[in-house]
Amino acid sequence: MIDPRISVIAERLKGIRNIIAVSSGKDSVGKSLIASTMALALARRGYRVGLFDLDFTSPSTHVILDAGDLYPEEDNGIVPPKVHGLKYMSIVYYAREYALPLRGADISNALIELLAVTRWNTLDFLIIDMPPGISDATLDLLRFIKGVKFLIITTPSSLAFESVKKLIGLLLELKTPVIGVIENMKIKESPFIRQQVEDRRIKFWGEVPFDSHLEEAIGDVNKLLETKFSKKLGELVEKNL
Amino acid sequence: MHEWALAEAVILTASQIAEKEGLKEVTEVKIKIGELQQIEQDIFEFAISQLKNERLKNTRFVIETVKVEFECMVCGHKWVFAKEKLGEDEKEGIHFVPEVAHAFIKCPKCGSSDFEILQGRGVWIESMKGVKP
Repeated sequence: MIDPRISVIAERLKGIRNIIAVSSGKDSVGKSLIASTMALALARRGYRVGLFDLDFTSPSTHVILDAGDLYPEEDNGIVPPKVHGLKYMSIVYYAREYALPLRGADISNALIELLAVTRWNTLDFLIIDMPPGISDATLDLLRFIKGVKFLIITTPSSLAFESVKKLIGLLLELKTPVIGVIENMKIKESPFIRQQVEDRRIKFWGEVPFDSHLEEAIGDVNKLLETKFSKKLGELVEKNL
Repeated sequence: MHEWALAEAVILTASQIAEKEGLKEVTEVKIKIGELQQIEQDIFEFAISQLKNERLKNTRFVIETVKVEFECMVCGHKWVFAKEKLGEDEKEGIHFVPEVAHAFIKCPKCGSSDFEILQGRGVWIESMKGVKP
């Protein structure tokens, strides 16, 4: 028995110049906000950008973007709708507001299905919002998307970095490109994360200060792009990508 | 249609296997389609006929539909897919990504949504026959 979907994945992704997985070993470090804002910032700079929410059991980018009532179109596969200038895909289009409890094999199958049928066509960047940790989605991405690059997110906490360093270790061992690390929600001066990252010979993109007004901007893209968080992130993207 | 994307995957995979196995002509491809995905078989067959390349031009595509069987991970109960119990949006969601069945279907015995799809999920190539030069 052969799964025919695997062969077609490379064909579906061949028009994408850069695939960047925004990832972390730890939950609640701001991956979804960084992935969404980074995608919006790149689109506002004139790039053709896609955003793919791969956090199947806890998707949130649709809330950040207020993705609205648009729906993927069927045209020899699935064509992602354009949301605020981004080609946007999330499992929330199919599972809607319901809880989606998935075990490992189901996560892999759903990922393969979406990779096999989604027509991104030509993009400069496909930003992938990853679920936390080193589990099925990360392993499948490494298996099916050749050339994927990882942008790692951490907070200043040594607890967050304890998980992040394992993800970095795995990626380096697999010779997967890690384009950088962002230290998010920075509150006070500390060189700990920068040192840890640089000791591993990975580019430290910089720090994004904790922004107490960020919550108020969720669901309002224009307001989001005006936050201190977005402005600092935009600088880091401009400087490092 | 979504069926075209799946047909394209079948044609591409069959061609790659034929190439790898050194087949100059493929005489038969057996495909299994899981009932859960609710593939429109006539559209799928038409797409296959339109996408066939030189090596597959005389190939007989044999398509078999496989019934769905679920097994509850909590109580072990097994049951079958009853699409008439689902709404249109729910059926459509499952058509595109069968795993979203976990959002809409529950074990009829204990109510859990923690179940395994034992069979009948998607599209598979079961076997191929061909002629070597």
